[in-house]
Amino acid sequence: MQRVINDFTIRVATVNGSGSQSSNLVLTNAIFSLGVPVAPKNVFPSNIEGLPTWFDVRVTSKGYQCRTRDIDVLVGLNAATWRTDVASVKAGGTIVHEATYPVAGETLREDLTYYAVPFNELAKANFTDGNLRKYLLNMIYVGVLAELLGIDEATIEAAIGKQFKSKPKALATNMEAARIGFVYAREHLKKNDPFAIERMSGKTEGRLFMDGNRAAALGCIMGGCTVVAWYPITPSSSLCENFIALAEKYRVDKATGEKNVAIVQAEDELAAIGMVLGAGWAGARSMTSTSGPGLSLMAEWAGYGYYAELPAVIFDVQRAGPSTGLPTRTMQGDVSFAYHLSHGDTKHIVLLPATVADAYEMAMEAFDLADRFQTPVFVLSDLDLGMNSWITEPLAYPEQPFDRGKVLSADDLAKIDAWGRYRDVDHDGIPYRTLPGTNHANAGYFTRGTGHDEQARYSELPDVWERGLDRLIRKHDTARTVVPKPAIEESGAPVALLAYGTTHHAVVEARDALRADGIDVDYLRVKALPCSPEIAAFISRHERVYVVEQNRDAQLYTLLRAELPNHLVARIRSIRHYNGVPIDAHAIIDPLLAAEREPAVVAE
Amino acid sequence: MTVNIIGLARDVYKGLPTTLCAGCGHNSITNHLIKALYEYGVEPHKLAKMSGIGCSSKTPAYFVDQAHGFNGVHGRMPSAATGAKLANRELLVLGISGDGDTASIGIGQYAHMIRRNLDCVYMIENNGVYGLTKGQFSATADLGSTLKNGTINEFAMIDVCGLAIELGATFVARSFSGDGKQLVPLIQAAIAHRGTAVLDIISPCVTFNDHVGSTKSYAYVKDHELVANMPDFIRPREEITVDYEPGTVQSIELDNGSHVLLRKIDTNYDATSRIGAMQAIHDARGKGEFLTGLLFVDADVPDLCEKERMTATPLKDLGEADLRIGREDWAKLFA
Repeated sequence: MQRVINDFTIRVATVNGSGSQSSNLVLTNAIFSLGVPVAPKNVFPSNIEGLPTWFDVRVTSKGYQCRTRDIDVLVGLNAATWRTDVASVKAGGTIVHEATYPVAGETLREDLTYYAVPFNELAKANFTDGNLRKYLLNMIYVGVLAELLGIDEATIEAAIGKQFKSKPKALATNMEAARIGFVYAREHLKKNDPFAIERMSGKTEGRLFMDGNRAAALGCIMGGCTVVAWYPITPSSSLCENFIALAEKYRVDKATGEKNVAIVQAEDELAAIGMVLGAGWAGARSMTSTSGPGLSLMAEWAGYGYYAELPAVIFDVQRAGPSTGLPTRTMQGDVSFAYHLSHGDTKHIVLLPATVADAYEMAMEAFDLADRFQTPVFVLSDLDLGMNSWITEPLAYPEQPFDRGKVLSADDLAKIDAWGRYRDVDHDGIPYRTLPGTNHANAGYFTRGTGHDEQARYSELPDVWERGLDRLIRKHDTARTVVPKPAIEESGAPVALLAYGTTHHAVVEARDALRADGIDVDYLRVKALPCSPEIAAFISRHERVYVVEQNRDAQLYTLLRAELPNHLVARIRSIRHYNGVPIDAHAIIDPLLAAEREPAVVAE
Repeated sequence: MTVNIIGLARDVYKGLPTTLCAGCGHNSITNHLIKALYEYGVEPHKLAKMSGIGCSSKTPAYFVDQAHGFNGVHGRMPSAATGAKLANRELLVLGISGDGDTASIGIGQYAHMIRRNLDCVYMIENNGVYGLTKGQFSATADLGSTLKNGTINEFAMIDVCGLAIELGATFVARSFSGDGKQLVPLIQAAIAHRGTAVLDIISPCVTFNDHVGSTKSYAYVKDHELVANMPDFIRPREEITVDYEPGTVQSIELDNGSHVLLRKIDTNYDATSRIGAMQAIHDARGKGEFLTGLLFVDADVPDLCEKERMTATPLKDLGEADLRIGREDWAKLFA
């Protein structure tokens, strides 16, 4: 039997609310601590307790961070999904399962190795507390699996120590549970599968796990955000919750208890965005975080922010829509909606983070862009980035001061005769503003969502209205050259992939796999809207560019078609993935190869 | 030239000419507001004039031209006002809304602003009707009152004062656009109050709601006002020069040591009793009357900025050194 070392995927099938998350994280951290890269993906239900949940731990020596559809090792701890869980395992795989589950008929597969473990019996025999038992049962699986995969007890103990460092009592019982698993496996199971973990080096040193929502919260703190207004919604809640925890620690004067921050849990998303815009108007850096349904509610205010020109930062941690959709599943479904959010001619700056480092850096950058362009800036993360843990370098300490944009102080006003809130003095479409509270007789102006002239006076005149819209698009075009530029990896191939956000990670693996088959594809990762000029230039250097995204309607592809010069429109194709779980490499490779084999069919 | 206590002429407190209908109650309110701000000595640059959408919400253009104004979206002014105050707690946030803006589309934000006790003045120019869209009922129209075309309102009215008191409001007053003697000191007391100060001002719409059958017409309002008290605003350290009969005045200390003296008129009204205020509002309504005066006040409740334990420095003025995690702590985060 050929051993499979450090390259396989473990799926843990449990019931949510059973504490399996702690066990899964212990397993993940233990493998990571051996120098082996892992990519954990939590596929969980919109429910607090009792529904099926799956946690995939992809063990990947190459460090791929995307999901894989190939499940090699199943930990079956949910009777309700047992049959389909068995079916999900790849040929040659192995299953550790609760001994009372039937292994017969369709659940008996000749191409798998089975290890029956009496988890319930072990838990019952060793732990008297019935409530605790279901949690500890999950830690028993960690011990069993560790023994089978060759992870030593000390490594697991260290991971448990890390997981429960603030709860010494839980630490002791969890250690005990893991040990029960180790002992059982040693005494009763004969290793008969190829999967093993072995210590390696060069991939994880100096790195750590972090989820995108925490990284974004750190970016908000370091970006100088002082006003947060939010309404809880999955999968964005942990962004503001992380911000709150960080603010409690780093924004409170230890002596006085006074805070350099204000955080309001709003009554709804309409109020949240209203507070953020009010705070931006008055000069504070402010943000809200939400997901699709909340973004829908923010539409009216978003247009106000665009037209009255108020800074704001809105995080949209995207989930699967339309409607309530799948609240705990991922999608890149809000791209075109966010870009145009609100009625009338409205176009926003949208940032598209792909990595934990992006979530952090783009959070900081969003505040600078919002101030510089005096407009709402949307950061479109997604559930995969926001809530899953990713391997990352430590986040870099910011060396740049805040860019507060064109704000006139009382001293500035004293030096000039007159100013106009919406005058395009610098020919970049970006006007100057003053903040309420500025102590000068000329400081005040009237902010409104109704038609206004350069002096912020109400106007219904056709040429004034048109001039205003033209300046706003001039400002938008300035933003094209200032927003983060796309990342390009190019070696002269005729075919390229174009993607954004978390789709990036599947592109990385897909390109490696294609290269191994002798097919080179270039790659451009879009980092922001409006589209930088580099995007059209890149497309012009390729015969065919496949736009890969996680939505049904080819949202970025459609935006590109609208913005590209005519002769380039026919060069772009669309590859889409939208089943709610994160995209994997095959979802790119398969349609790409199919299209490349039959270019005549897909050509426009 | 006559100036106020901070040396500014009355003209500084004026704004653009009104674009509302001649005779609109809102115009009278603007004049009373200008007087109140001038006499109080409000610093124009510290004033943030905020509003939503509707006839009422145009008002911020008509006073203190120098001040910053914010004419937001319909029914959502309280959220913008909240953000502005959090960003700069030194601002005097003065919101002007209407009955549609407050009691229909904006009732949620109205309610939550009150329960947070945002420090602001919140004036409702209440005429029971949608003016800008030409005369539909609003949610403050009384049951049984009629539109110009004879349509009868069959739905219960929302009493924005009763609702505010129920929601924990700390300052609730009602007045009439034509009664400057009552309204001007009420506005001044509202400014001095730390917390949400609700001023519901019945303000007849001469174009769409001033006919027989309307319960918000000039004629009806003049005949059915029940005055709970008449306020006098006494600024800090100012001497009380008027003699009052013992037992006829209720004195309430507001923020910064200012006082509001409430001269009792029709009833033995206690403006510090939440339950009493609710009872009196209901009793008056039951008789087809509306109760005016400072209906309820509790000056000892922390406002939102205090509840949030915010630093005294306006948040907008904090910089990198105040806001970023220090380098040592940052390194520890990734240790």
